[in-house]
Amino acid sequence: MHISMKSALFASALAFASPALAAGTAPDGSALADDQTFTYRVLDEHSSVDPQIVEDVSGSEIVRDLFEGLYNQDADGNLVPGVALSHEVSEDKLTYTFSLRPEAKWSDGKPVTAGDFVYGWRRLADPETASPYQWFVSVMGLANGEAVTAGEMGVEELGVSATDDHTLVVTLSAPLPYFPLTTTHASTFPSPKWVIDEFGADWTAPENIVSNGAYVLTEHVPQERSVRSRNEMYWDNDGTIIDDVVALVINDENVALTRYLAGELDRTEVPAGQYPSMKEEYPDQALSFPRLCSYYFNFNLSDRGPEATMNNDVRLALSYAVDRDIIVEKVLQGGQFPAYSFTPAATANFEVPTVDYSTWTQDERNAKAVELMASAGYGPDNPLELTYLYNTSEAHKKIGIAVAQMWKQTLGVAVTLENQEWKTFLETRGDHDFQVARGAWCGDYNEASTFLDLVHTDSGYNDAAYHNEEVDTLLGEAKSLEDPQANYTRIEEILAAEMPIIPIYHYAGVYMMSPAISGSWPVQNVEQNWYSKDLYKVAE
Amino acid sequence: MFSFIIRRLAVAIPTLLVLLILSFYLMQFAPGGPFTSERPLPPQVLANIEAKYGLDQPTWKQLLSYITGIVTEFDFGPSYKYKDRTVNDIIAQGFPVTLTYGTIAFALAIIVGGALGIAAAIRQNTWLDYFAVGFTIGAQVLPNFVMAPILILIFTLWLGLLPGGGWNGGQWNHVIMPVIALSTSYMASVARLTRSSMLEVLRSNFIRTARAKGLPENVIIWRHALKPAILPVVSYLGPAFVAMVTGSFIIDSIFSTGGIGYFYVNAAFNRDYAVMMGLTFLLGSMTILFNMVVDILYAWIDPKIRL
Repeated sequence: MHISMKSALFASALAFASPALAAGTAPDGSALADDQTFTYRVLDEHSSVDPQIVEDVSGSEIVRDLFEGLYNQDADGNLVPGVALSHEVSEDKLTYTFSLRPEAKWSDGKPVTAGDFVYGWRRLADPETASPYQWFVSVMGLANGEAVTAGEMGVEELGVSATDDHTLVVTLSAPLPYFPLTTTHASTFPSPKWVIDEFGADWTAPENIVSNGAYVLTEHVPQERSVRSRNEMYWDNDGTIIDDVVALVINDENVALTRYLAGELDRTEVPAGQYPSMKEEYPDQALSFPRLCSYYFNFNLSDRGPEATMNNDVRLALSYAVDRDIIVEKVLQGGQFPAYSFTPAATANFEVPTVDYSTWTQDERNAKAVELMASAGYGPDNPLELTYLYNTSEAHKKIGIAVAQMWKQTLGVAVTLENQEWKTFLETRGDHDFQVARGAWCGDYNEASTFLDLVHTDSGYNDAAYHNEEVDTLLGEAKSLEDPQANYTRIEEILAAEMPIIPIYHYAGVYMMSPAISGSWPVQNVEQNWYSKDLYKVAE
Repeated sequence: MFSFIIRRLAVAIPTLLVLLILSFYLMQFAPGGPFTSERPLPPQVLANIEAKYGLDQPTWKQLLSYITGIVTEFDFGPSYKYKDRTVNDIIAQGFPVTLTYGTIAFALAIIVGGALGIAAAIRQNTWLDYFAVGFTIGAQVLPNFVMAPILILIFTLWLGLLPGGGWNGGQWNHVIMPVIALSTSYMASVARLTRSSMLEVLRSNFIRTARAKGLPENVIIWRHALKPAILPVVSYLGPAFVAMVTGSFIIDSIFSTGGIGYFYVNAAFNRDYAVMMGLTFLLGSMTILFNMVVDILYAWIDPKIRL
């Protein structure tokens, strides 16, 4: 059976095969800058550039340039051909057959084969590799994935095989309509077996690494910089404009901003609260755009949680009394979005359901909150006392103080703010040893389930220890539905009625970006999966 | 003296062992572990990773194999955070960096601080003295986490003279700001210590005798006053040298120098056990070594002291 995905991919493949660009001209027609070096700031040293080992955002950005998976994303986040040209899905929706690009090559000149993907995916699932993203084979729904990661079956049993050098066959354990979306994730990229066999753990060193993406790693000075340069063997090297990409590690965001202003960087993050002044001073350089992330407060509905917040009315009242507009406009000031649903509006194919309290004014919400609180038996004579737990950070503290003040003023709740160092915080929250705790989540792929799965009873990330049979059933059903929106709407409505978490805001990416590069930056890609091969610098 | 060195080294080995064992157990007390993350790993995945690094073994076994690794192969183990690299890699790359800027900063602190202290003591209550005292107070109230970003603001953004960070293999223009930011407060301490101990020596009886004999002032200062005056400074310099060459979290993180000062603090946050242990070992052995050097210097400067 052919599905629409295939024809869509062919269409974009055609668009991709546009005639080679005239030298010195950008795809938008403007003149290109002579120096095509893109330099950007990263917060921290990357964990690895091994596709099956990398786990951090900045490492994945590098890996997306060095390696190419089955599909890439375009500027809007849609799938476009990578090593795979197209795929077909079987009638039972359990088998995906990918046709690979015959001209794709590794940087040492060897052809990229289906076997390289099989090796990479088995390597991901293999307990020996001990990949922190091992669980991604379960997200992808690969047949026997869980048994292989548990060591109960050999890696040969994993649902992936090569029928010839350019045909990759994937078998799923259950239908998963968004399966192709998962193939843009770094952990699904192919790996060069012959290089890993030769160099072992040192294979990712610049002098050893062989990769199949648009760039090769040419320099890496830990905690200082890494440089990736054009891969002459890349199948679309002629269509690639940026020559070198330099990632500079700068821990301090204010220092990074100073160095950006001194012209050392093409891109850096804007520190919290500085966006308005930057926007005023550098209107063409300060950018803010939606990201696929949510910031929320967890209630604790486990046995260890406080008695008071087991009461549905109390949870609703506390949520209603949070003035999200003040948080985004006065505290964060970076173009973030007030949140009344868990899933961000920016999520693909997702329509934010209109939950009742999102349509009220803050005065109405406050009035309702006071009423609910009184009905639950709390008031001036019997004030509620709560402790809010967050990990040590200036930005989290500001939000904690603002919310505590709102709860105090509107509801007379006495809030104690408690902060803990990151790993201590994670352990405390994981043990459900808190009353209200900070939470944040960024989507692993652009589909609402990447958020809503968190409120499933069995989710490892369900810090609120929320349990609702109906939600669990709806989530289970949604996995195999072509259009799961109705299920998602219902889940968000239940969340708004039971409020196990308080959605606070949805993220924005807030950057200073050189005008030379910002024209080609994929601001519409909410996952911010950017590829240097699609960027270019115009002459100023 | 030879037997002194042998004796000190013999004590050093059990000291280091105690240091390693203590820090190993202290580290295990800290909540969370190297693989605790925002997204808790499924138990099976966590078990696989812990098995790979031997973290599923009982603590005493981990400690034993860790110490065996050091003794037999000088292998300090893998980093759990930077998975492509070992602790030996991290030290091999980061220690030369901090050693370079630390040594230069140390030399600068001694030369400028010492000269300022001596000059202030000789010309007590003159403008020079007031300047030296003012400078030392200023340098001490301005911590390096404030000074470092200000230096970048001035020399990188406003004047455009120096790169705002990076190491670039230790190229001179990348070294200047880290050296200034690191050395200033040490310089101030050296100046203050030298000034006060010099003043004390200059008021002592043997200096009065030397003056009464009619010795020229420069002979009095350089031959007779300097040596005793420098003793308290030397005992300060031992630990200061170790602190400077093992780097500073602030310097490494603000100037992105790639030194071990950054890795040391971050290893604690990341619960990157092996990195933390390896750097503790390095810091511990340097401290033991330079305390011994200070003792030898003491004996050389003041013959009254017997080793």
